[in-house]
Amino acid sequence: MRRLEHAFADSQRETALVAYLTAGYPNLDETVNLVDAACAAGADIIELGAPFSDPLGDGPVIQATTQQALRAGVTVAATLDLVAKVRATGNDVPIMLMGYCNPFLRYGLPKLFADAASAGADGFIVPDLPATESSDWLVEAERHNLGQVFFAAPGSSPERLRRTAQKSRGFLYCLADNGVTGVRDRLADGLDAYLARVRAAATTPVAVGFGISRPEHVAALRGKVDGVIVGSALLKRIGAATTWQQRIAETTALIGELKEACR
Amino acid sequence: MSGWFGGYGGQFVAETLVAPLEELEAAYQKAQASEEFLGELDDLLNRFIGRPTPLTRLRRLGVETNGCTLWLKREDLTHTGAHKINNAIGQALLARRIGKQRIIAETGAGQHGVAVAAACAHLQLDATIYMGRVDAERQAPNVQRMELLGAEVRLVDNGTATLKDAINEAIRDWIAHPDSTHYLLGSVVGPHPFPTIVRGFQSVIGREARQQFQDAVGGLPDAVVACVGGGSNSVGMFSAFLDDPVRLVGIQAAGEGLGPGGRHAAPLLYGEPGVLQGTRTYLLQDDDGQILLTHSVAPGLDYPGVGPEHSHFKDTGRVEYRTASDDQALSTFALLSRAEGIIPALESAHAVAGALELAEELPSGSNILVNLSGRGDKDLVSALAALRERDGADR
Repeated sequence: MRRLEHAFADSQRETALVAYLTAGYPNLDETVNLVDAACAAGADIIELGAPFSDPLGDGPVIQATTQQALRAGVTVAATLDLVAKVRATGNDVPIMLMGYCNPFLRYGLPKLFADAASAGADGFIVPDLPATESSDWLVEAERHNLGQVFFAAPGSSPERLRRTAQKSRGFLYCLADNGVTGVRDRLADGLDAYLARVRAAATTPVAVGFGISRPEHVAALRGKVDGVIVGSALLKRIGAATTWQQRIAETTALIGELKEACR
Repeated sequence: MSGWFGGYGGQFVAETLVAPLEELEAAYQKAQASEEFLGELDDLLNRFIGRPTPLTRLRRLGVETNGCTLWLKREDLTHTGAHKINNAIGQALLARRIGKQRIIAETGAGQHGVAVAAACAHLQLDATIYMGRVDAERQAPNVQRMELLGAEVRLVDNGTATLKDAINEAIRDWIAHPDSTHYLLGSVVGPHPFPTIVRGFQSVIGREARQQFQDAVGGLPDAVVACVGGGSNSVGMFSAFLDDPVRLVGIQAAGEGLGPGGRHAAPLLYGEPGVLQGTRTYLLQDDDGQILLTHSVAPGLDYPGVGPEHSHFKDTGRVEYRTASDDQALSTFALLSRAEGIIPALESAHAVAGALELAEELPSGSNILVNLSGRGDKDLVSALAALRERDGADR
């Protein structure tokens, strides 16, 4: 939690930038380099996706990357190893593990949190785990002092927002829009009013994601949220590049532009 | 409504779906207490769907095996040809009450898709049906029926392009349109409150069958048998007998019939608990928790999970789960047609195959009630091709 708290410490002056990468995309070694490149270009938090065969909350871009990672045999264990490898390079940026319930449950929650803590991860983001089903997870998160991030949705009632935010450890992930992950041309209508409702309900930092792809989106959110999360837009740029050098360059370029807009 | 069946069930969904699920639960509870809703549903069940469906006593099968009598609950005789319509019309009516004009649904065998398309046409709602491309190819007539009934059919190429993948796409659609759209889930799977709602609308099967059996024979059957894919026809049937001293037997798809090592769709026999598509239940999964490919000749059974209530019944032992293979189902498909004049759906043929095995174990004179969940018209092309391949060109 220490690294996470630090990442949001200055968020009123400068929005924290969360960069999503899929573990093992395009392969495990390159993911380590892409994490480093994103951090060097200004990413404040890394969200690292552990692949799942049925990613219900993800659109085509992230689905394709997790499918590729799965075909290469990337598992939860391999994703935890990846975190340890990143830490071995001296990188101290918070790393949140994103994944769906089942692979994590299969690994076993006590072992998962223990191994995540010793690998140097900072917590979990689980899109099919609402706060109301999370008691076993929260016990482990507290035991290991790790984050456990829950979500706010545009349709969440005020009471639901308040209770979800209360349980969320590290930050609250605010879904900018209905729908699955993916690049959108513009921010959702009514986003400001919705963010104000979330703000009123939450004392934890609020990071907003889904459809954030351009510097102007990030600039429009400055001062209204503590963090912005970019995923599909980054993976799309990485996917369009043909060499590892280009993939590093694309990551550096996009993260750099987005970080610029955070300031 | 708790949403849990022992340690199974729950609501493992994206936060976006929590509000519509809560809305649905509230609407369902209100509708269950509304004489107007129940009256309209009854009227539709009688005059549109053709309920009550008859209970047919078989003349040869079972009797010739061991002097057992098989009784078929004829859900194949409902409008659109399977039990799926009981739930489709109920949920469509509910969606209209909530004020949702757009209906989405998944379909495997196509029976749920056809039922939703018919219910939506009847109630003038807009239907979009997701169907795996593999299923659409092996159940082509049902695609034509859905389109004729005015539904939009969206083919799904992801994953194995079967039922699970169609459900994934339907859920993604719902996440994108939670305010305007009702997801008309076709089985007792998925997040709370679906397992409870679908059971509620399918329980008419068991209520009718129990009464019909008492009227025809007096007393209770010795065993009740149904096939279990997602598990809605079986839960609907079993729900009337849970407190009775009656043996309940669910038949899952053994596919190639090679046990846990072969290709199959039998999570209750060969799976382990996990979370998929919103619910905690038995699943076919690998050591990393990835969902495994499944196989059954019957598309409606070709699913790696099962309704959470079945997982609970398995653990408590209230229901006994067995299997029937592709091969057994195909043989029974042909046998029931020829010996009794009834062409069963390949899914339902699994239930009859399981009942015939059970008949050999039970004392002579036993009565076995079998849910014949659907008719086999949709399977003619694929079943006849499979039988030809298996038995050679002489058939």
